[in-house]
Amino acid sequence: MVSSPSSGRTVAIFGAASDIAMAVARLCAQAGDLLVLVGRDDAALSALAADLAERGAARIAVQKADFGQVAALPGVVQAAWERFDGIDVALIAYAIQPDQPAAEQNPAAAEAALIVNFVSPALLLGEIARRCKAQGSGTIAAITSVAGDRGRKSNYIYGAAKGGLHRFLEGLRHSLHAAGVSVVDIRPGFVVTKLTAHLDRRGVLWATPDRVAKDIFEAIASGRPVLYTPWFWQPIMVAVRGLPRWVFHRTSF
Amino acid sequence: MSELWRDDYLSWGRTVRARHLVSNPTSQALAAEIVARSPSVLAYGCGRSYGDAPLNPGGRLIDCRGLDRIISFDGQTGVLTCEAGVRLADILAILCQPEADNGGWFLPVVPGTRFATVGGAIANDVHGKNQHRLGTFGRHVSALELARSDGTRWICSQNENADLFAATIGGIGLTGFILNATIQLQRVQGLAVEAEDIRFNNLDEFFSLAAESDAYWDYTAAWIDSFAKGRSLGRGIFSRARRIPGCAAWPPALQPRIALPPMPPISLIRPFTVWAFNAAYWRKSSFRSRSSNTGSYENVFFPLDAIADWNRVYGPKGFFQFQCVVPPPAARDAVADLLRLTARSVQGSFITGLKTFGDVPSPGLMSFPMRGTSLALDIPNRGPPTRRFLAQLEHVVMQAGGRIYPAKDAAMSAASLRQGYPQVGTFIEHIDPGFSSALAQRLALTSATR
Repeated sequence: MVSSPSSGRTVAIFGAASDIAMAVARLCAQAGDLLVLVGRDDAALSALAADLAERGAARIAVQKADFGQVAALPGVVQAAWERFDGIDVALIAYAIQPDQPAAEQNPAAAEAALIVNFVSPALLLGEIARRCKAQGSGTIAAITSVAGDRGRKSNYIYGAAKGGLHRFLEGLRHSLHAAGVSVVDIRPGFVVTKLTAHLDRRGVLWATPDRVAKDIFEAIASGRPVLYTPWFWQPIMVAVRGLPRWVFHRTSF
Repeated sequence: MSELWRDDYLSWGRTVRARHLVSNPTSQALAAEIVARSPSVLAYGCGRSYGDAPLNPGGRLIDCRGLDRIISFDGQTGVLTCEAGVRLADILAILCQPEADNGGWFLPVVPGTRFATVGGAIANDVHGKNQHRLGTFGRHVSALELARSDGTRWICSQNENADLFAATIGGIGLTGFILNATIQLQRVQGLAVEAEDIRFNNLDEFFSLAAESDAYWDYTAAWIDSFAKGRSLGRGIFSRARRIPGCAAWPPALQPRIALPPMPPISLIRPFTVWAFNAAYWRKSSFRSRSSNTGSYENVFFPLDAIADWNRVYGPKGFFQFQCVVPPPAARDAVADLLRLTARSVQGSFITGLKTFGDVPSPGLMSFPMRGTSLALDIPNRGPPTRRFLAQLEHVVMQAGGRIYPAKDAAMSAASLRQGYPQVGTFIEHIDPGFSSALAQRLALTSATR
């Protein structure tokens, strides 16, 4: 409805109904982007699409996909690529938060978490990278987490998957550098989303999806390699990574 | 979807502490489903109501913020349909933008904060500084959809299920869960406003300024120095504003500009600071008794939104807001009595607002505005003495035939509600038996069919 200067980018968002992705999608819509929304929940995506249309998105396509089905991922990327004839920006935004103690007792739960949080996004990123390399342009962004910076007892299954993704993105960045493709690793701290609804969310470290989305939108535009959002997580994680093990082991978080 | 017992859901005044089972549905269907299987439920928006209306201690709260999608907007007719968790700020940011001629669409009625949800604006039938022109928010709602605890969903409007519509507008969230609403936006020739601040020395001057201004200015309200006594009783600053045709103003940023540090351990609002603030504010235009400026509507409509979480300055005990309206014959004397009580109370009121309401009828059975004068006071919570003071204010309002605003109240008695709102009997028939709130329990508002 609102006329904005069209940036003309085609942005594909994988896991588009997640709270952070939705907030990023709204910023893209305001910038007049073309959007491909990929996700599990058809109804949520359709409602989001209508909302984005009113916010100024140039064109919108909705695509259903189950990211837990890794064999189907090449087809998912292929379909997204064909919607508007190519993709300029790909954002990978899906994740599940396993219940750590339960997953330690139940290998199936741990496996599911590792697949959705690491195997699936890594394979998806590989598919996208191949195409970006061929077209010689593009920005690939993935939402990881500060939890990937150091393993700790309260969530190391989730943290390991995210940490693996850090390495994967690092290698991808190395590999795509010559092709002129940017790789953005987004590491949010605590964000008030569906993913964290089971936690006590009081305190100054909690950020809103809107706040984080603004940082992500800007990092994608500038092709910044690693983004901590909000900014204060960068010094915090420097400290957490640098903590000697004997001190770290006395902490309870 | 998660459901958790939490104790971090508060109202704006922060006087009620309670645990709630909180659900965060992300679609209207999920919300309707939760409503249908809950014995005691209430919708929670952005928590901008001051008192106990948005809380349901020991029961369930449905957090509406996951329902924040615009469903459709017609740029020709200005008809907007959206989910109930959309904030007024979101509508302003997306749809109320200047067009080629610098005019555009605007929300016909906005309260003092843009960080309220559409559902909350309907449930409290909020009003703004243009109440004397355009009435309340509910007048501009052409339809809404309600989910009830018996599993049914109702489309309500003036023509369809009109009884339920009238009960829901201003119905404090007790008639069901508002899923979505259709609002008629207002076409304006300029989104910018010109505003004037005029100093006045007593209540009589306020009433003559209001009478003179209401005819020519769209938005009027006054700030009162709550410590002034005697001949200066009711002195303050009268603010009035109107649109400038052909002049554009972009929506304010979605984030407040100033953030306060986390909760101060004690209230920063002390009798001395309140006195000093009031005295300084009154003198802020000491060289001129009149000042004017033009530009964005943000400062005029939403002055407090510039500071995020300003309610924290009252410290951990929070504060009460008391807003009443008193009908014309008794209005002047009653307002004078209320201000005298406030000046004498030592408690003072940090921000005191005065506004004359016009004749425009409100559509809701329980809508607050009626013809008369409305006074709003902010009162720091100091326990029992504050409660006694609120009871004194309530007594004056009741003697004068007035009423108290449920959206801001946390203290009035059930008898005062019944006296102020003669249609409460009809309203109770429409209350959903599955819905409850701290306010409903305090004021004995429960469904007759329960």
